[in-house]
Amino acid sequence: MYVPFELEMPGDLAGALGALAAGTGAKTMAMAGGTNLIVDMRAKRERPDRVVGLGRVGALRGMECGEEWISIGGGTTVTDLLQSKEIAEAAPSLVESSRLFAGLMVRNTATVAGNIACGSPAADLVPPLLALDADVTLASVAGTRTLPLDEYFLGYKRDVRRPDELITRVSWPRLPQSSDQSFINAFYKLARRKGDAITVTGVAVTLVVAGGVCTKARVALGAVAPVVFRARDAESVLEGRALTPARIDEAARAAAASSCPIDDVRASAAYRLHTVEALTRRLIAQAWRRSTDQ
Amino acid sequence: MSTERTIMLRVNGRDEPGRFPAHRTLLEALRQIGHTEVKSGCEKGDCGACAVLVDGMAVDSCLTLAWTAEGAEITTVSGLGDLDALHPVQQAFSDGGAAQCGYCTPGIIIAAKAIIDRHPDPTEEDIRIGLSGNLCRCTGYTKVFEAVSEAAAIMRAGSDGR
Ligand SMILES: Cc1cc2nc3c(=O)[nH]c(=O)nc-3n(C[C@H](O)[C@H](O)[C@H](O)COP(=O)(O)OP(=O)(O)OC[C@H]3O[C@@H](n4cnc5c(N)ncnc54)[C@H](O)[C@@H]3O)c2cc1C
Ligand code: FES
Ligand code: FES
Repeated sequence: MYVPFELEMPGDLAGALGALAAGTGAKTMAMAGGTNLIVDMRAKRERPDRVVGLGRVGALRGMECGEEWISIGGGTTVTDLLQSKEIAEAAPSLVESSRLFAGLMVRNTATVAGNIACGSPAADLVPPLLALDADVTLASVAGTRTLPLDEYFLGYKRDVRRPDELITRVSWPRLPQSSDQSFINAFYKLARRKGDAITVTGVAVTLVVAGGVCTKARVALGAVAPVVFRARDAESVLEGRALTPARIDEAARAAAASSCPIDDVRASAAYRLHTVEALTRRLIAQAWRRSTDQ
Repeated sequence: MSTERTIMLRVNGRDEPGRFPAHRTLLEALRQIGHTEVKSGCEKGDCGACAVLVDGMAVDSCLTLAWTAEGAEITTVSGLGDLDALHPVQQAFSDGGAAQCGYCTPGIIIAAKAIIDRHPDPTEEDIRIGLSGNLCRCTGYTKVFEAVSEAAAIMRAGSDGR
């Protein structure tokens, strides 16, 4: 049923990068959880000659939650995210996204790097990570480079990653939480049902509030354009101001205006435009209310 | 292309050899060596009929390559308990009439065991979200949710935390 392939299972990162680099000529693909790749190979959308299994590469696992930065390995699973108390505190949006991600068995193996690398506009971990200002570290035998996740996607299922590169880490600056600054970070997944359903509209929001003013705003939108993206017009409506209902409305309209959704089996473009506006308004209003209650 | 290799799969505490190509899924491999208690539904991660525990963690065996499971402890529904000594989850499903045709049941019982391992006193939401990767075309789920809840209660009451 599958197009046959060779499988390598390197025991460390150097071995994995070497195996990907040696793949010139034969089409070589990395496999982490396999929850996209195996489905794609079965449907013959992907036909690699060689597959490099990453399950034994310990360097891709592990989370570091420092005072300034949070850094997670590309091989961190959705279940790992759900079970981390530190991530729950530092990045509630990521945990909310993980909670409603696929079903139990898929969550146990699906990885952060696989979610980013699949390049799907409906990849649920990406809006939260964009709203956290995450960076992606790519490694190959030639060296490593780190770039903002915001610059990673080039278009529908197209990204800046070369075939011999792996996403090794995803990192973001810890959001400020002190007596005079606080943050709210939230995600809403709208789908046909709560469990195991592909996102119709995904909205992630981060607000940093100091002295009654929104000092930083991030609004990232999923499944309403060819790529997950930051609604910069909405962000700039919010930043540097106290948020009134009129201003929140303006930001929500800006988020919808920057979306270009399609009709598909799950929802119409019109419904997506309506819900992206409504959800952006709701998330920002809730976040602002919570920040001023604190 | 497609090298075959003889590997040892450790299933329900026993080492079982099998000869498979790299692209053989764990689901196909397990059934090939006789573990037909592991069911094949969609073969793409949607239905959960193929769920097994790999080192205690529930996975869809259709989304796992057999070679990558070498060296791991694989548990199928038969490894949890048998007719002489049912696992509390199996007992609760039997007592509560939580199976009709039974096709989904091996996978649901594996997922249920994993839910209870993580949430010994699961809420309705824990059970529903936990079973969202398992489809059942017969029961309407109500009795399934009740059986998981009942099994958790039995396991909390007894020390039978197998
Ligand atoms: C039933 C089902 C439900 C799902 N539900 C959801 C959902 O609710 N939300 C959602 O967002 N997704 C969902 N998915 C899609 C999928 O599970 C996720 O995108 C997952 O995060 C993919 O990760 P993986 O480790 O399984 O990737 P794989 O399938 O192993 O790989 C996917 C792609 O990423 C590449 N890749 C893997 N690791 C790396 C790396 N370290 N560096 C570079 N490239 C890499 C692979 O080469 C491949 O191209 C679902 C899938 C299934 C089957
Ligand atoms: S057969 Fe594996 S999930 Fe359906
Ligand atoms: S009992 Fe028939 S599919 Fe669940």
